[in-house]
Amino acid sequence: MGTFDGKRGLVFGVANKNSIAWGIAQALADEGAELGFSYAGDFLQKRVTPLAESVGSSFIEECDVTNDAAIDELFAKVGDHYGGLDFLVHSIAFAPREDLGGRFVDTSREGFRVALDVSCYSLVALAKRAVPLMPQGGSMLAMTYYGAEKVTPNYNVMGVAKAALEATIRYLAWDLGKEQVRVNAISAGPIKTLASAGVSGFRKSLGYVGSVAPMGNVTQADVGNAARFLLGDWAQKVTGEVVYVDGGYNIMGAPDMDSLEG
Amino acid sequence: MSTTFEQVRDIIVDQLDVDPDEVTENAKFKEDLDADSLDLVELIMSFEEEFGGEISDEQAQEIETVGDVVRHLEAQAV
Repeated sequence: MGTFDGKRGLVFGVANKNSIAWGIAQALADEGAELGFSYAGDFLQKRVTPLAESVGSSFIEECDVTNDAAIDELFAKVGDHYGGLDFLVHSIAFAPREDLGGRFVDTSREGFRVALDVSCYSLVALAKRAVPLMPQGGSMLAMTYYGAEKVTPNYNVMGVAKAALEATIRYLAWDLGKEQVRVNAISAGPIKTLASAGVSGFRKSLGYVGSVAPMGNVTQADVGNAARFLLGDWAQKVTGEVVYVDGGYNIMGAPDMDSLEG
Repeated sequence: MSTTFEQVRDIIVDQLDVDPDEVTENAKFKEDLDADSLDLVELIMSFEEEFGGEISDEQAQEIETVGDVVRHLEAQAV
């Protein structure tokens, strides 16, 4: 018996076993959730399918979240398959690699547009189609990062996209509150994934954050635990929040000088 | 104690689901082992995890064959 018995949810953003979305999916599956998975392209299918099947998923569908018709089609299938939805996990972001390093001022118009479209607008587009499937209310969760609030060199346009995503969380929470749908985000500390491997200097920042944070680096399982809370009934009136799962990094104003070299 | 090559081969076999015999020093990841760009990123992450070293983006772009990885990891271990 689990706290998610009988609950059905859709997870966007599993790429492989290191994905944060997969950490969340495992945590929810452990509690009895019934999970559907959506992935972004053929090259991900062979990666997502075995993982999805390992948690007994019977719904694994491709969806290009920059295409409204594709999203319509996906949610029509969700409706046919599950009849309704209780939660949605948005763990999707993308920016061209050349915009994830170097000078921020060099961000291209196209890179900016793509980053905001895939990483932020997609949540609005998914929420619009998910709400009609949540007549008894529901919960949505997105992933953000501290680089949305404070400058994190090399995160660049993704920091701007995450800032927009955090604002989107609040506006959606306001709008969908009347339908008893909650919308929250987790701001996770840096975790080594396929996506973060694309950010210049990621390894160094992982080490630095781990040395500054009171509790060190975080794992996909840590994020999964917080997701269980935010998506579940214990968080019944929690909405519009950005919850840190960062080992406490964000509370620090300076590193412990004794731990610094030189 | 298995050699660096054997350890690298085991990781590749496991991740790319290929036959161990196909993984030779001269095997090219893309052409011979049918690895796509995500496979390469995943493999590099696994090598770093297993060997504890670091393969920079620049170094990663120069990797073409299995032997390239073995030589890099052995040079780093010294």
